[in-house]
Amino acid sequence: MKLLYFAWVRERIGLTEEEIDPPAGVATVGELVAWLTQRGEGYAYAFENPRVIRTAIDRNHVRADTRIEGAHEIAFFPPMTGG
Amino acid sequence: MTTTIRLQGEAFDAGAEAALLTRGRTDIGAVVTFTGLCRADENGEPIAALTLEHYPDMAEAEIARHVEEARARWPLLGVTVIHRYGRIAPGEVIVLVVTASSHREAAFAAASFLMDYLKTRAPFWKQVEKVSGKTSIEKTWVDAKATDDAAAERWSAPPPRREAAK
Repeated sequence: MKLLYFAWVRERIGLTEEEIDPPAGVATVGELVAWLTQRGEGYAYAFENPRVIRTAIDRNHVRADTRIEGAHEIAFFPPMTGG
Repeated sequence: MTTTIRLQGEAFDAGAEAALLTRGRTDIGAVVTFTGLCRADENGEPIAALTLEHYPDMAEAEIARHVEEARARWPLLGVTVIHRYGRIAPGEVIVLVVTASSHREAAFAAASFLMDYLKTRAPFWKQVEKVSGKTSIEKTWVDAKATDDAAAERWSAPPPRREAAK
Protein backbone atom coordinates (compact mmCIF):
# COMPACT_ATOMS: atom_id res chain seq x y z
CA MET A 1 0.00 0.00 0.00
CA LYS A 2 1.00 3.59 -0.56
CA LEU A 3 1.54 5.96 2.36
CA LEU A 4 1.35 9.73 1.96
CA TYR A 5 2.63 12.32 4.43
CA PHE A 6 1.67 15.99 4.65
CA ALA A 7 2.81 19.18 6.39
CA TRP A 8 5.02 18.61 9.47
CA VAL A 9 4.46 14.84 9.35
CA ARG A 10 6.08 14.92 5.87
CA GLU A 11 8.91 17.14 7.10
CA ARG A 12 9.69 14.99 10.13
CA ILE A 13 9.68 11.72 8.17
CA GLY A 14 11.50 13.32 5.25
CA LEU A 15 9.30 11.71 2.59
CA THR A 16 6.19 12.76 0.67
CA GLU A 17 5.18 9.14 -0.01
CA GLU A 18 6.38 5.55 0.07
CA GLU A 19 5.26 2.00 -0.66
CA ILE A 20 5.09 -0.30 2.35
CA ASP A 21 4.18 -3.89 3.08
CA PRO A 22 3.41 -4.11 6.80
CA PRO A 23 3.58 -7.47 8.60
CA ALA A 24 0.40 -9.53 9.11
CA GLY A 25 -0.10 -8.42 12.71
CA VAL A 26 -0.63 -4.80 11.68
CA ALA A 27 -4.40 -4.63 11.19
CA THR A 28 -5.53 -1.16 12.21
CA VAL A 29 -4.45 2.44 11.68
CA GLY A 30 -3.22 2.59 15.27
CA GLU A 31 -1.13 -0.56 14.81
CA LEU A 32 0.30 0.82 11.57
CA VAL A 33 1.35 4.01 13.39
CA ALA A 34 3.00 1.91 16.12
CA TRP A 35 4.84 -0.14 13.48
CA LEU A 36 5.97 2.96 11.56
CA THR A 37 7.23 4.56 14.78
CA GLN A 38 9.84 1.83 15.08
CA ARG A 39 11.24 2.47 11.61
CA GLY A 40 13.49 5.36 12.56
CA GLU A 41 14.03 8.64 14.31
CA GLY A 42 12.00 10.70 11.82
CA TYR A 43 8.99 8.40 12.16
CA ALA A 44 9.25 8.41 15.94
CA TYR A 45 9.34 12.22 15.90
CA ALA A 46 6.38 12.49 13.50
CA PHE A 47 4.26 10.09 15.54
CA GLU A 48 5.49 11.10 19.02
CA ASN A 49 1.96 12.17 19.92
CA PRO A 50 -0.22 9.78 17.92
CA ARG A 51 -3.46 11.30 19.21
CA VAL A 52 -2.72 14.48 17.26
CA ILE A 53 -2.18 12.67 13.95
CA ARG A 54 -5.09 12.51 11.51
CA THR A 55 -5.45 9.66 9.04
CA ALA A 56 -7.26 9.15 5.74
CA ILE A 57 -7.75 5.85 3.94
CA ASP A 58 -8.42 6.20 0.23
CA ARG A 59 -9.23 9.90 0.74
CA ASN A 60 -11.72 9.45 3.60
CA HIS A 61 -11.10 10.49 7.21
CA VAL A 62 -10.76 7.43 9.47
CA ARG A 63 -10.08 6.71 13.14
CA ALA A 64 -7.22 4.86 14.83
CA ASP A 65 -9.31 1.69 15.20
CA THR A 66 -10.17 1.53 11.46
CA ARG A 67 -8.87 -1.62 9.75
CA ILE A 68 -6.34 -1.06 6.97
CA GLU A 69 -7.03 -4.24 5.01
CA GLY A 70 -7.69 -3.46 1.34
CA ALA A 71 -6.45 0.14 1.60
CA HIS A 72 -4.66 1.49 -1.46
CA GLU A 73 -3.60 4.87 -0.09
CA ILE A 74 -3.19 5.85 3.55
CA ALA A 75 -2.36 9.46 4.39
CA PHE A 76 -1.04 10.83 7.71
CA PHE A 77 -1.20 14.52 8.54
CA PRO A 78 -1.60 17.08 11.33
CA PRO A 79 -4.98 18.66 12.19
CA MET A 80 -6.13 20.70 9.22
CA THR A 81 -5.78 24.48 9.06
CA GLY A 82 -7.36 25.48 5.75
CA GLY A 83 -10.14 27.93 5.02
CA MET B 1 -28.30 22.73 -8.55
CA THR B 2 -25.15 24.30 -9.96
CA THR B 3 -22.03 23.16 -8.12
CA THR B 4 -18.53 24.43 -8.79
CA ILE B 5 -15.53 23.23 -6.75
CA ARG B 6 -12.06 24.42 -7.68
CA LEU B 7 -8.63 24.15 -6.10
CA GLN B 8 -6.20 26.55 -7.70
CA GLY B 9 -2.95 28.38 -7.18
CA GLU B 10 -4.09 31.67 -8.69
CA ALA B 11 -6.37 34.33 -7.18
CA PHE B 12 -10.09 34.54 -8.00
CA ASP B 13 -12.63 37.34 -8.37
CA ALA B 14 -15.32 36.78 -5.72
CA GLY B 15 -17.81 39.15 -7.36
CA ALA B 16 -17.42 37.53 -10.76
CA GLU B 17 -17.88 34.05 -9.27
CA ALA B 18 -21.09 35.12 -7.49
CA ALA B 19 -22.39 36.75 -10.67
CA LEU B 20 -21.64 33.58 -12.63
CA LEU B 21 -23.67 31.50 -10.19
CA THR B 22 -26.79 33.64 -10.62
CA ARG B 23 -26.50 34.58 -14.29
CA GLY B 24 -29.73 33.92 -16.18
CA ARG B 25 -31.50 32.66 -13.05
CA THR B 26 -34.75 34.07 -11.74
CA ASP B 27 -35.40 31.45 -9.04
CA ILE B 28 -32.51 32.59 -6.79
CA GLY B 29 -33.54 35.15 -4.19
CA ALA B 30 -30.47 35.13 -1.94
CA VAL B 31 -26.73 34.81 -2.49
CA VAL B 32 -24.22 34.70 0.35
CA THR B 33 -20.57 35.22 -0.57
CA PHE B 34 -17.84 34.52 1.97
CA THR B 35 -14.25 35.38 1.10
CA GLY B 36 -11.35 34.46 3.36
CA LEU B 37 -8.32 36.74 3.08
CA CYS B 38 -4.71 36.47 4.16
CA ARG B 39 -4.00 38.83 7.08
CA ALA B 40 -0.63 40.49 7.65
CA ASP B 41 -0.38 39.03 11.16
CA GLU B 42 -0.66 35.67 12.89
CA ASN B 43 -1.05 35.63 16.69
CA GLY B 44 0.00 39.28 16.80
CA GLU B 45 3.21 38.69 14.83
CA PRO B 46 3.68 40.27 11.39
CA ILE B 47 3.95 37.77 8.55
CA ALA B 48 5.37 37.99 5.03
CA ALA B 49 3.07 35.36 3.51
CA LEU B 50 1.17 32.11 4.00
CA THR B 51 1.92 28.93 2.12
CA LEU B 52 -0.89 26.40 1.86
CA GLU B 53 -0.09 22.74 1.37
CA HIS B 54 -2.93 20.40 0.38
CA TYR B 55 -3.82 16.81 -0.47
CA PRO B 56 -5.35 17.49 -3.89
CA ASP B 57 -7.56 14.46 -4.56
CA MET B 58 -8.86 14.21 -1.03
CA ALA B 59 -9.47 17.97 -0.73
CA GLU B 60 -11.70 17.91 -3.77
CA ALA B 61 -13.53 14.78 -2.57
CA GLU B 62 -13.96 16.11 0.97
CA ILE B 63 -15.33 19.47 -0.22
CA ALA B 64 -17.72 17.65 -2.58
CA ARG B 65 -18.97 15.48 0.33
CA HIS B 66 -19.69 18.57 2.42
CA VAL B 67 -21.43 20.35 -0.46
CA GLU B 68 -23.63 17.25 -0.78
CA GLU B 69 -24.36 17.38 2.94
CA ALA B 70 -25.23 21.07 2.71
CA ARG B 71 -27.60 20.28 -0.17
CA ALA B 72 -29.28 17.62 1.93
CA ARG B 73 -29.78 20.07 4.83
CA TRP B 74 -30.89 23.22 3.02
CA PRO B 75 -32.83 23.97 -0.20
CA LEU B 76 -29.84 25.28 -2.17
CA LEU B 77 -29.92 26.38 -5.80
CA GLY B 78 -26.18 26.83 -6.28
CA VAL B 79 -22.83 26.43 -4.51
CA THR B 80 -19.34 27.55 -5.49
CA VAL B 81 -16.29 26.67 -3.40
CA ILE B 82 -12.80 27.79 -4.44
CA HIS B 83 -9.75 27.14 -2.27
CA ARG B 84 -6.26 28.32 -3.15
CA TYR B 85 -2.96 26.61 -2.42
CA GLY B 86 0.65 27.72 -2.66
CA ARG B 87 2.10 31.04 -1.52
CA ILE B 88 -0.44 33.74 -0.63
CA ALA B 89 0.53 37.29 0.38
CA PRO B 90 -1.33 39.47 2.93
CA GLY B 91 -4.41 41.05 1.38
CA GLU B 92 -4.86 38.26 -1.15
CA VAL B 93 -7.85 35.91 -1.25
CA ILE B 94 -7.55 32.36 0.14
CA VAL B 95 -11.00 30.82 0.02
CA LEU B 96 -14.43 31.51 -1.45
CA VAL B 97 -17.81 30.04 -0.58
CA VAL B 98 -20.87 31.21 -2.50
CA THR B 99 -24.30 29.77 -1.67
CA ALA B 100 -27.53 30.55 -3.46
CA SER B 101 -31.09 29.79 -2.43
CA SER B 102 -34.56 31.19 -2.85
CA HIS B 103 -34.38 32.73 0.66
CA ARG B 104 -31.59 34.06 2.83
CA GLU B 105 -31.76 31.67 5.81
CA ALA B 106 -30.60 28.66 3.78
CA ALA B 107 -27.88 30.64 2.00
CA PHE B 108 -26.45 32.07 5.26
CA ALA B 109 -26.58 28.73 7.12
CA ALA B 110 -25.07 26.71 4.27
CA ALA B 111 -22.20 29.18 3.79
CA SER B 112 -21.42 29.09 7.51
CA PHE B 113 -21.62 25.28 7.60
CA LEU B 114 -19.31 24.91 4.60
CA MET B 115 -16.71 27.30 6.02
CA ASP B 116 -16.72 25.56 9.41
CA TYR B 117 -16.09 22.23 7.72
CA LEU B 118 -13.47 23.59 5.32
CA LYS B 119 -11.49 24.81 8.33
CA THR B 120 -11.48 21.50 10.18
CA ARG B 121 -12.03 18.70 7.64
CA ALA B 122 -10.57 19.77 4.28
CA PRO B 123 -6.92 18.64 3.98
CA PHE B 124 -5.11 21.97 3.80
CA TRP B 125 -2.27 23.11 6.05
CA LYS B 126 -1.12 26.70 6.48
CA GLN B 127 2.47 27.63 6.96
CA VAL B 128 3.48 31.11 8.06
CA GLU B 129 6.45 32.86 6.49
CA LYS B 130 7.79 35.22 9.10
CA VAL B 131 9.07 38.70 8.44
CA SER B 132 12.78 38.77 9.11
CA GLY B 133 15.83 40.64 7.98
CA LYS B 134 17.68 37.41 7.37
CA THR B 135 18.22 36.01 3.89
CA SER B 136 16.83 32.63 4.95
CA ILE B 137 13.06 32.39 5.11
CA GLU B 138 11.68 31.12 8.42
CA LYS B 139 8.49 29.08 8.12
CA THR B 140 6.30 27.65 10.86
CA TRP B 141 3.11 25.56 10.68
CA VAL B 142 -0.09 27.15 11.94
CA ASP B 143 -1.67 25.24 14.84
CA ALA B 144 -5.28 24.11 14.53
CA LYS B 145 -7.63 26.16 16.71
CA ALA B 146 -10.02 24.64 19.24
CA THR B 147 -12.50 27.40 18.36
CA ASP B 148 -12.64 26.08 14.78
CA ASP B 149 -13.35 22.55 16.05
CA ALA B 150 -16.10 23.92 18.28
CA ALA B 151 -17.58 25.85 15.35
CA ALA B 152 -17.74 22.70 13.22
CA GLU B 153 -19.04 20.62 16.13
CA ARG B 154 -22.22 22.70 16.47
CA TRP B 155 -23.45 21.33 13.13
CA SER B 156 -23.24 17.72 14.27
CA ALA B 157 -26.07 18.11 16.81
CA PRO B 158 -29.17 16.41 15.44
CA PRO B 159 -31.54 18.84 13.73
CA PRO B 160 -34.64 19.75 15.76
CA ARG B 161 -37.50 17.34 15.17
CA ARG B 162 -41.18 17.97 15.38
CA GLU B 163 -42.00 14.54 16.81
CA ALA B 164 -44.01 14.62 20.00
CA ALA B 165 -42.44 12.97 23.05
CA LYS B 166 -43.90 9.55 23.80
